[in-house]
Amino acid sequence: MSIAHYYETMDYGPAPEADGEARAWLKRHDTTFGHFIAGKFVAPASGKHLTTIEPATGKTLAKIAQGIAADVEAAVGAARSAQSSWAKLGGHGRARHLYALARMLQRHARLFAVLEAIDNGKPIRETRDLDVPLAARHFLYHAGWAQLQEREFADHVPVGVIGQIIPWNFPLLMLAWKIAPALATGNMVVLKPAEFTSLTALLFAELAAEAGLPPGVLNVVTGDGATGALLAENPGVDKIAFTGSTEVGRLIRQSTAGTGKSLTLELGGKSPFIVFDDADIDGAVEGVVDAIWFNQGQVCCAGSRLLLQEGIAETFRKRLIRRMETLRVGPPLDKAIDMGAVVAPVQLERIKALVETGVKEGAERYQAPGEIPAEGCFYPPTLLWNVHPSSTVAIEEIFGPVLVAMTFRTPDEAVMLANNTRYGLAASVWSETIGLALDIAPKLQAGVVWVNATNLFDASVGFGGYRESGFGREGGREGLYEYLKPKAWTGRRARAKVPPPAAASTDGAGFGTPSIDRTAKLFVGGKQVRPDGNYSRAVLSPKGRHLGEAGEGNRKDIRNAVAAARSAEGWARATTHNRAQILYYLAENLSARGDEFAKRIGDMTGASPAKARAEVEASIERLFSYGAWADKYEGTIHAPPLRGVALAMHEPIGVVGVACPDEAPLLGFISLVAPLIAMGNRVVAVPSERHPLAATDFYQVLETSDVPAGVVNIVTGERDALARVLAEHDDVDALWVFGSPEASTAAERLSVGNLKRTLVDHGLALDWYDRAASEGPILLRHAVQVKNIWIPYGD
Amino acid sequence: MAQGVLISNPSVVPAQPHARDHNHPHPIARNSGRALEMDWVDEIRINLSAAERRVASLPGRRTVKKDAQAAWLLKAITCIDLTTLNGDDTAERVKRLCAKAKAPLRSDLLEALGFAGRGLRTGAICVYHRFVATAVEALDGYDIPVAAVSTGFPAGLVPHDLKLKEIEASVRDGAQEIDIVITREHVLTGDWRALYAEVRDFRTACGDAHLKTILATGDLKTLRNVAKASMVCMMAGADFIKTSTGKEGVNATLPVTLAMLRMIRVYEERTGFKIGFKPAGGISTAKDVLNYQFLMKEELGRDWLEPDLFRVGASSLLADIERQLEHHVTGRYSAFNRHPVG
Repeated sequence: MSIAHYYETMDYGPAPEADGEARAWLKRHDTTFGHFIAGKFVAPASGKHLTTIEPATGKTLAKIAQGIAADVEAAVGAARSAQSSWAKLGGHGRARHLYALARMLQRHARLFAVLEAIDNGKPIRETRDLDVPLAARHFLYHAGWAQLQEREFADHVPVGVIGQIIPWNFPLLMLAWKIAPALATGNMVVLKPAEFTSLTALLFAELAAEAGLPPGVLNVVTGDGATGALLAENPGVDKIAFTGSTEVGRLIRQSTAGTGKSLTLELGGKSPFIVFDDADIDGAVEGVVDAIWFNQGQVCCAGSRLLLQEGIAETFRKRLIRRMETLRVGPPLDKAIDMGAVVAPVQLERIKALVETGVKEGAERYQAPGEIPAEGCFYPPTLLWNVHPSSTVAIEEIFGPVLVAMTFRTPDEAVMLANNTRYGLAASVWSETIGLALDIAPKLQAGVVWVNATNLFDASVGFGGYRESGFGREGGREGLYEYLKPKAWTGRRARAKVPPPAAASTDGAGFGTPSIDRTAKLFVGGKQVRPDGNYSRAVLSPKGRHLGEAGEGNRKDIRNAVAAARSAEGWARATTHNRAQILYYLAENLSARGDEFAKRIGDMTGASPAKARAEVEASIERLFSYGAWADKYEGTIHAPPLRGVALAMHEPIGVVGVACPDEAPLLGFISLVAPLIAMGNRVVAVPSERHPLAATDFYQVLETSDVPAGVVNIVTGERDALARVLAEHDDVDALWVFGSPEASTAAERLSVGNLKRTLVDHGLALDWYDRAASEGPILLRHAVQVKNIWIPYGD
Repeated sequence: MAQGVLISNPSVVPAQPHARDHNHPHPIARNSGRALEMDWVDEIRINLSAAERRVASLPGRRTVKKDAQAAWLLKAITCIDLTTLNGDDTAERVKRLCAKAKAPLRSDLLEALGFAGRGLRTGAICVYHRFVATAVEALDGYDIPVAAVSTGFPAGLVPHDLKLKEIEASVRDGAQEIDIVITREHVLTGDWRALYAEVRDFRTACGDAHLKTILATGDLKTLRNVAKASMVCMMAGADFIKTSTGKEGVNATLPVTLAMLRMIRVYEERTGFKIGFKPAGGISTAKDVLNYQFLMKEELGRDWLEPDLFRVGASSLLADIERQLEHHVTGRYSAFNRHPVG
């Protein structure tokens, strides 16, 4: 190619980034790596290695260690030995380390960028301009939290040894997202990078040690999925943070159930990209490029479902197809490409197969016409037009550069289609009408919403999903809580087992005027209803005296209660003022019947009149507290580095099941239900199995306090069995279980169907009278999910 | 599409091919203009942040190296409107500039780049009316058009009839291109009909000379204003739309360019006419001009890299390109004093 040739064609020509430094680093290690444990590389216990390839060429790049149980054990042990010294260092000391890590990344930015591009196949533009700078930013931002931790999180302590399992799509960035908040808050990390892309993690660990990070604080164990499973199952690990597929997320939820390990999952998505007819269409077309042809579409929050308002659909299609003509696919180290290689042959095959399925199911296929390298894992940018919500490609996450498109007629229909998915990670809304855009954003079931933008990330803004896209947040203040636990919960002890009273023999009441029978019913959809099975169970005093009967709720009662709760969605949109008023009103009406409730508690639990009265008073006060919080537990406004804001909104989770403990039958019930409804959730509560009558009496208070039908539903019966039904119900969004350890385990294990958020006590008793442990943000945090709405502005 | 609002006869100017055309096998049909279609203006939406993201990521997505870069810079030379628009301009100053336009690159460099004998020229010479005749004479025998800034450049606030007279006078003196300034007030008050009528008159006054409409985007402030003004000027018969006089507080920028290029694309989709684009002011380095070239190619396509559809208004850009090309040839960094001034 001569100058004259280029002058004629005005082609771009090759623009390769040099890779000498990265190759030299690999060579220094003889292209064979051990694990990084306690500050140095160690040979794998198995002696076995996996081969990692260069996706752009298919050639072998390096050998990484295959981790087995002994390696995981060694890494967890190293992490544990670092614990006290790392904690002793204090916030400022850790801030210095995190700052040093940020500077280290900046110092070696090009080496990381090139190595990442070679290992993953993504373009050097992205690693250089996005992955590496964002990773450095993450450490710098979290250095700040370490500095402020003692002041801002004084009532929290670190969780301990964190097992972190990260995916192959953003190897270094996900490493940063995981380890920066964990280390900042005083935890130690055992990181398991993805088997396809472990190299930048190993480079990071090596350079972090050179930068002075103490041994054992950060350990890297490489290997395949089996290694990850070993890490998740290791009893020395206090928490697992996982980013990856929803399938694997489910397995980890199951394997950690009941172990007391906390868990955050950042999983898949099928995120909508909604374009209204008043959008900047060219801007939105460019947004599509950033949404689905960024990182070869291998992005969990990729805007992969294009929803177009009918009137502009044809214009949009033409402009998008025209835009596709200029997309360039090529070697990752070429500085003039838009898309590089897909990570591995197996992924390429999956993409191909799904696209074929889409076409078979009726989609029109458009592909970028540009040249594609003949060797290596390349796939062209692809648009599947005329896709319907029932098509496989509209439902399944493709995790490749494939966009599916469909139309909508009205804003309501856009929301309906956008939410018509199991996932809830991200969404993008394009409209130049502020009222429309800001009306739609809160209606989308997604943890991140970008207005007139897409795929914006920053350390200061929480990222994470709704629904089956996982739970927990990474980034922002909200993300810090994932690596902290409340001090007030650290001293909890196992709940004492109290044997059930034996029924005392009844002598009959004789011929005196009997009291009028009062049969407790279930409370479903604002109505007192008989249990579906029409059985009841006796409620006894501690001495075995028969106090009454409670309905024996079953599966169908739970089903009905969940349906009622689901249809009470209006509660989520009620004003906070309105919800506050109702909570105060509940307190007022409970107070009016205080004596009756105190007597009931005394009868059921054997508490002295004074103690029983104290429980009622504490319950009234608690209702007041949540009346107070209802309009004050607000979100925050993040200030990421752009002209705009990100609104971190506290949104209700939805329908929440609550299994209440036996102790403090009224206060426990109120303490769990009140924060949930204060935040706009609807509740299906299973009261104390042994002492259910305080809760059933309470439905009369609910009835007189303007609580809308379906907001609180009460199903009595065998508590753990009903909690299991709730755990397995895919229309229950979250489940709180306070009671036996077995119930906690079952709740976590069975919650995998729809990956509901669980809050369980593992059988550890809370002191419901201790406000620090059982009232306020400590529970409110679990009653909401944070949605971050990014609003760039300017005209 | 609703019926357009007819302001004046939509076909007063017959379509005809561009006068000069070295690079295109098929001459570009000249924009005839058309009736003012208010729908085409009202529907314009442009999101600043989205536009900024596009242009911010482009230099990372496209680059040219080595021979390709040399070729692109040579092409850029052919697109430069070598400009002098200063109060102290004199005839001799203008002649010097014309000499540079005829020989923009040192002959040893042309030789080394394999471009000797190709007659590499700048796109045009751009001067005030007073120096049109001087420039035309200085460029006699060379196929380098003379562009005259006009219509009360740069503020454009002289009486309308004087503006028309100024255009006519420049055309009489031999200007083949007229760079007019629009009345910014029409844009800032949303009086699109007045803008249309004004530019339509300018076009008529130009006759065969090409009309380049300067929007003075630094005065218009918002991308919405820029985009709408672009569309109205094209409907009124502009051959080129141009960003700036070089005298506003903010001159050509990539976001403004993006807004204008998208309007050119829509106009072509709807009418079939290809409209040229000229950024002006502040483009002074080879790296700068390459980014504009990338944006032209990406947003509009290959055709818009040639001087009949792309010009750069610049006074010091050429000097930097010369240095870069010398570096390409010798492998050594060059200095300004090694290249003859214009």
